[in-house]
Amino acid sequence: MFGLLTQAQTLQLAVVLPLIGGVAVLWLGERNRNLRETASLVTAALEFALVASLTGSVMHGERPSVELFEMMPGLTITLTVEPLGMLFALIASGLWIVNTVYSIGYMRKNNEQNQTRFYICFTIAISSAVGIAFAGNLLTLFVFYEILTISTYPLVTHSGKIEAIRGGRVYLGILMSTSIGFLLLAVLWTYNATGTLDFTAGGILGDRIQGPEVAALMFLYMFGIGKAALMPIHHWLPAAMVAPTPVSALLHAVAVVKAGVFSVVKVIVYIFGLDMLVTSDWDNWLLYIAGFTIISASVVALRQDNLKRRLAYSTVSQLGYVIMAAAILAPLSIIGAAMHIVAHAFGKITLFFAAGAIYTASKKTMVSQLDGIGRRMPFTMAAFAIGALSMIGLPPTVGFVSKWYIVGGALEMESYFAVAVIVASTLLNASYFLPIIYAAFFKHEKPREGNDTHPTHDNHGEAPVAMVLALCVTAFGTLALFFMPEAPLALSRALVGG
Amino acid sequence: MIDVPASDPWLILLVVVPLLAAPLCVLLRGPAGAWSVATAVSWGVLGIAVKLLGDVLERGTLRYRIGGWDAPWGIEYLLDPVGAFVVVIVAAIGAVVLPYAKSSVEKEVRSDRIYLFYAMVLLCLSGLLGIAVTGDAFNLFVFLEVSSLSSYVLISLGRDRRALTAAFRYLIMGTLGATFYIIGVGLMYQMTGTLNIQDLTTIIPAVADTRTVLAALAFLTVGISLKLALFPLHLWLPNAYTFAPSAVTVFLSATATKVSAYVLLRIFFTVFGQVDLFAHFPLQPVLMAMALAAMFLASLTAIWQQNVKRMLAYSSVAQIGYTVLGISLATEAGLSGAIIHLFNHALMKGAAFMAIGAVVYATGAVTLDRLAGMGKRMPFTMAAFVVAGLGLIGMPLTAGFISKWQLITAALESGYWPLAVLILLSSLLAVIYVWRVVEAAYLRPVPANEAWAATDRVPVGMQVPMWVLAGASVYFGTDASFTLELAHTAARALMGGY
Repeated sequence: MFGLLTQAQTLQLAVVLPLIGGVAVLWLGERNRNLRETASLVTAALEFALVASLTGSVMHGERPSVELFEMMPGLTITLTVEPLGMLFALIASGLWIVNTVYSIGYMRKNNEQNQTRFYICFTIAISSAVGIAFAGNLLTLFVFYEILTISTYPLVTHSGKIEAIRGGRVYLGILMSTSIGFLLLAVLWTYNATGTLDFTAGGILGDRIQGPEVAALMFLYMFGIGKAALMPIHHWLPAAMVAPTPVSALLHAVAVVKAGVFSVVKVIVYIFGLDMLVTSDWDNWLLYIAGFTIISASVVALRQDNLKRRLAYSTVSQLGYVIMAAAILAPLSIIGAAMHIVAHAFGKITLFFAAGAIYTASKKTMVSQLDGIGRRMPFTMAAFAIGALSMIGLPPTVGFVSKWYIVGGALEMESYFAVAVIVASTLLNASYFLPIIYAAFFKHEKPREGNDTHPTHDNHGEAPVAMVLALCVTAFGTLALFFMPEAPLALSRALVGG
Repeated sequence: MIDVPASDPWLILLVVVPLLAAPLCVLLRGPAGAWSVATAVSWGVLGIAVKLLGDVLERGTLRYRIGGWDAPWGIEYLLDPVGAFVVVIVAAIGAVVLPYAKSSVEKEVRSDRIYLFYAMVLLCLSGLLGIAVTGDAFNLFVFLEVSSLSSYVLISLGRDRRALTAAFRYLIMGTLGATFYIIGVGLMYQMTGTLNIQDLTTIIPAVADTRTVLAALAFLTVGISLKLALFPLHLWLPNAYTFAPSAVTVFLSATATKVSAYVLLRIFFTVFGQVDLFAHFPLQPVLMAMALAAMFLASLTAIWQQNVKRMLAYSSVAQIGYTVLGISLATEAGLSGAIIHLFNHALMKGAAFMAIGAVVYATGAVTLDRLAGMGKRMPFTMAAFVVAGLGLIGMPLTAGFISKWQLITAALESGYWPLAVLILLSSLLAVIYVWRVVEAAYLRPVPANEAWAATDRVPVGMQVPMWVLAGASVYFGTDASFTLELAHTAARALMGGY
């Protein structure tokens, strides 16, 4: 970066820098809160600059790589940048900046406790997300995957209340049991079968496993990567809704679920290999499970009155898109999967930012309370509308671009099931998002009910400026990427060698 | 065998130095003097152990003939890679525990008995090291008794009166074990006329099909399994670990069971090394069943414990199951898994017991309800506990991960894939019992009646050893090449005879 660092050093630093920031945060502590927040912001900005500085060479076909250390003979912790990882790292580090700005507003306005711990855990989470993105082999991916789980646990249980403890149990219970029980087994099986764990273009499994074993291994991977929230192991996502909103944004947009679907795509493309899966009939179930997840999560979302829970189920459904797109196995749909990781990140972070802004300004959490709120919080609700359009997949938002590619891939492979799922879920998405927008802008605010004595329910404006700024930025990104999707598209195309 | 003329005096010094230092402690009487002697000796012993390991790796098996009498008439000491590895584990733990013991023992043992404590620790150390270096089956019995008798005394030094019954119970069970062992040795002597282990190796194949040898094997296996606390012969262990002074618990949990496992390895793969033991006798299914029962039942029991020391004790029983599972595979990979787990578990469990010992020292709390909020009151100590706990779960970047990786690889190599699944499932149980402590310490508020004053007033002498072990668990989890290769060398040596 900037000619000062070699690519190898840049890579190493990209994983270590957030941790350095974390140490600075710890050292500054609550007494120097302004300096502490500055440290967070500066770290985030530097991190993005570091990651971004690698983009050019990756687009030109280079694959910068560095071995961090050798854990066991022949098994190294290695960072290697390939296009999909580049894309994920850019999103994670880029949105971290915005999320930090938002967090500062949210945590201060809501007088949250233990803010230092909060920011430190954030830095560890980002470091491990970047580690996952740049993982050069499955062992590296697994190591950072587990660190991400553990570092986000204190964030999910941040409030320390009994429901937070319960939510934390579900969160940790599902993510750890799937990753230890299934994913680690899958990794060991792969290692036992092939003698390598490196992500290799075209896959490493080849004909080493055949027939029903493909289905079994695929099962272990897909349900082992619990962060991808394939039904029926999605419960941790709604359970984690007890966390403060910036954490929800981290989980849903920046790091956690993205790490999940990223790993899914990575395993399908670089471990199994598309060619191998196209010729095997034993992986078709994935398409149907993903389709089922998309539809049923949308139906559940339709029935949620709690805004954050509705968004959580929407996430489950949207993650299903990525997995289904990958399972279609067409190059076009793989591009769509990669693009959808981007699209969902921008759209969902906007929606969560808006939900958190609504809560901070008015303490409202239910969809049914939002009548007329658009007039009090015009920026927030406009951003919300843009995010919602992207979820539905309508132009002029980036959600349309990714859906376009996914449908294109589905048609190419003549997978009419996938097409039908996309059509149906678009309708469902519209029916749980559009009423919110309608109510916010066109309905009149309900008069205060007799037992509702909350001071801010009908007496508020926008949330603090840091929060509004953050959600406007991400909403703008959602729009901008529709008009200028070249950079992420180029990386996505490079993923399938197009 | 080529006669190595110069026998290595360091072998005998390893045993004699602590043996002679023990009465010196009694003569000195003063706690400070006794501690200084014991600590100096333990460090010296560690120095010798490390030197011996280096020599063994460089020159192969080392020998020493006591009194200049040649084997098989005289007693011969010999040290191969397995023995050297165990010697280093025992010596290292001894060297780390003694600095820790100073403050801990002052608080937990009556002051007029402290010199006895150090004398007994030295005797125990000498006995354990003796087991690992002797090449004579009867001499091994002597050392077994030296270490056992001193550990009965050590356990009974606990302030809690239940320590006496715990020690008595251990005395009964331990004596049974030792008696079984000596009966086994007697039966072998009857058939072979020798007590020298190398001699036994060569003579046993001729008489392997006799009932007497079968009975000898059974007596030896059961006797050592009692010492090893292999499920269901573990009943003495939980109380002994719970009520013994903290330093004793650390020392015994990290060394005594390890040495017993070493004896088991010696019997199976050296004494019966020329017999295809596992084909001859139905040993494999029995060992496997016991190991699995230990892994699951002991872990389940651990989940229900209120007393954290007892919880960790049951966890030890479960971890012994992993070791025995590795032994039961009877392949080079399986044995290396078992051997490396001896080392890794010593680090993790030592650190965990030290952390809880520090909590006992500062606050007297050892039950879960009194640990509430301890993460705030004793942040460093609880952090060390979490690091150790993550190791017990088998999280990547801790030593526990390496053990599990190696054991599962071994299971898959032998084609026992259900074992791989079971190993992973049982580590999920570890998640539960470790996380009960984490939840209590970090997510429950400090009880109103607990004084805040007692925050981390743990002497440096206790902090440093605790972090040395916790740090070693992380270090040997990130860079396990050395330990793994050592374990492989040791396993090869075992499979190939002395």
